[in-house]
Amino acid sequence: MSDVLAITEHRRGELRDVSFELVTAGSDLASQSGGDLHLAVIGGDVDAFAEELSLDGVDTIHTVAEGDEFNHDVYVQAVTALYEELDPTYVLMGNTVNGLDYAPAVAEQLDLPLVTDAVGLENEGSLTVTREMYASKVESTVEVDAGTAAVTIRPGEWDVAETAGEPAVEAFDVEIDDSRVRSRVTGFEEVGSGDVDIADADVLVSVGRGIEEEENIELVQELADALDATLSSSRPIVDNGWLPKDRQVGQSGKVVTPKFYIAVGISGAVQHVAGMKGAENIVAINTDPDAPIFDIADYGIVGDLFEVVPELIEQFE
Amino acid sequence: MKVLVTVKEVAEVEEDFELDGLHVAEQFLEYDLNEWDEYAVEEAVQLAEENDDIEVVSVTIGPERSEETIRMALAKGVDRAIRVWDDALEDVDLLDVGAKTRLLSAVVEAEEPDFVLTGVQANDDSFGATGVSLASAIDFEWAAVVNDLDLDLEGDVANVRRELEGGVEELTEVDLPAVLSIQTGINEPRYASLRGIRQAQSKEIKPMSLSDLGLDASAVESDLELTDMYEPETESDAVYFDGDAGEQAAELATVLREKGVGAQ
Ligand SMILES: Cc1cc2nc3c(=O)[nH]c(=O)nc-3n(C[C@H](O)[C@H](O)[C@H](O)COP(=O)(O)OP(=O)(O)OC[C@H]3O[C@@H](n4cnc5c(N)ncnc54)[C@H](O)[C@@H]3O)c2cc1C
Ligand SMILES: Nc1ncnc2c1ncn2[C@@H]1O[C@H](COP(=O)(O)O)[C@@H](O)[C@H]1O
Repeated sequence: MSDVLAITEHRRGELRDVSFELVTAGSDLASQSGGDLHLAVIGGDVDAFAEELSLDGVDTIHTVAEGDEFNHDVYVQAVTALYEELDPTYVLMGNTVNGLDYAPAVAEQLDLPLVTDAVGLENEGSLTVTREMYASKVESTVEVDAGTAAVTIRPGEWDVAETAGEPAVEAFDVEIDDSRVRSRVTGFEEVGSGDVDIADADVLVSVGRGIEEEENIELVQELADALDATLSSSRPIVDNGWLPKDRQVGQSGKVVTPKFYIAVGISGAVQHVAGMKGAENIVAINTDPDAPIFDIADYGIVGDLFEVVPELIEQFE
Repeated sequence: MKVLVTVKEVAEVEEDFELDGLHVAEQFLEYDLNEWDEYAVEEAVQLAEENDDIEVVSVTIGPERSEETIRMALAKGVDRAIRVWDDALEDVDLLDVGAKTRLLSAVVEAEEPDFVLTGVQANDDSFGATGVSLASAIDFEWAAVVNDLDLDLEGDVANVRRELEGGVEELTEVDLPAVLSIQTGINEPRYASLRGIRQAQSKEIKPMSLSDLGLDASAVESDLELTDMYEPETESDAVYFDGDAGEQAAELATVLREKGVGAQ
């Protein structure tokens, strides 16, 4: 029997999707061995969150009423205390930006082996985790030889749990050692929108690192103009300062759902795809036939953008 | 003050590649400095330029081959480098976060930095965990995914921005000493100057073995075992347009027009 402790996440008063995906992943993993799924809700309106998380497959929800927003020092103390109380086999967390900020410390303090960014979990006596390597070009499996492990799951890989259930809800008291809370969140800021909002566009021509040089951006801008479309981009283009931040599509940029998304020289990294997989039609133009972007594309051109894009512009002139 | 920057030489696989057991066959790999670490190096070098008496030391865990890559960081202004390697590391298929943490902790103990910068993730096996794990092990405070850093040395705090999802940034005060994992875009990494490249030739890259660090082979033992590696099945059900660029463009244009794009 392997019990699972899954740690949920919320931000500014709302549970994040990954919390419900953790319920699915956690209850699958626990039920493979007849174990229990424990959920932890740390900070914020824990009672309201517990109610929302009263889902099928969850055995017990532990609420820790400490703080309003995420603070990694508080999370680490709460999770290690819960671990010691419950003695679960596996601790599941989300591979989100906040997951990156506390999960490794939880694993380190509990001396648990850590496997991050799981896309598959299997428990057949021992735990086998599937993950991606080399920018998603290779998949690998990692077997955990220790009896226990800390694992973070990739957001969006598991279904969001929806079926109601009746777990026990228990308040869990942790003595937070304030001298070990050595970071303080002082506020949030939203990256402002400039004159264009890419989230409003019907058609996006989106450019990635395949464009190579700043001066070549003009070429994709011309295509966007010819198609009466808006120009957006992947992260490296914004990092390089070639386009403003409000043009970035992806996990840390904007989520867009246009009618057409034309990805030009974009590989389709998971953090990019997180922002555009909801587009109605996805077109990919890429020299690499194995680029992950083709996995989610509806139309594909395996080819050199510097040859294809000028031809495409000509078609619309 | 001393800033330690962790840097990794990462492998990128070429478009067409083959697997050889639990590895990508060597001839299909190209090596480069991890993208995230380029930004961490730049941030450290800028700190040294803006403040007096800051030494920037880089550390890598990597084989001799990686020295060429590490030298590029020296050419951009890192003062000296440490390279951890050992025969015991040759046969490790997957250097897990715990093992890296033990090695880097020993380096921190030897060097006693005031501040550590890492990248958010290494772009080959993408654990995204080394910086925060290290911080916990050496009892430093930390912040992950930092895209703005303002160091208040007198107040002993770092004011950082953490880049969260969906264009939201978190403003956080982090007590020093701290480990920060640096996100791309935080600065504009410089190109190495010719002078820098020349100077880098005479900068030190100090090799350190496990015993130099006061460790033995148990430090790199892991509970994780890489058991399989394969190319994922393509899930693509895309309609592909074939032919030369002109033909491909014409076919795509037809589809776009049919669906009302650029149709006026
Ligand atoms: C915490 C975190 C958050 C992130 N958030 C985001 C985000 O919001 N948005 C985002 O985009 N990324 C984000 N990233 C970065 C992401 O991991 C990738 O690094 C990034 O998406 C890669 O961008 P790219 O596809 O343009 O570049 P690459 O991955 O370098 O791909 C370039 C592509 O161009 C192709 N190509 C090259 N030359 C040509 C040519 N002549 N013609 C056609 N094709 C060509 C190549 O085959 C390749 O597929 C984030 C990463 C982290 C760790
Ligand atoms: N072998 C290594 N040597 C030195 N630093 C490393 C190594 N592996 C990872 N790091 C550092 O830790 C960061 C995060 O890597 P990872 O946790 O492996 O994704 C990288 O950006 C590096 O700064």
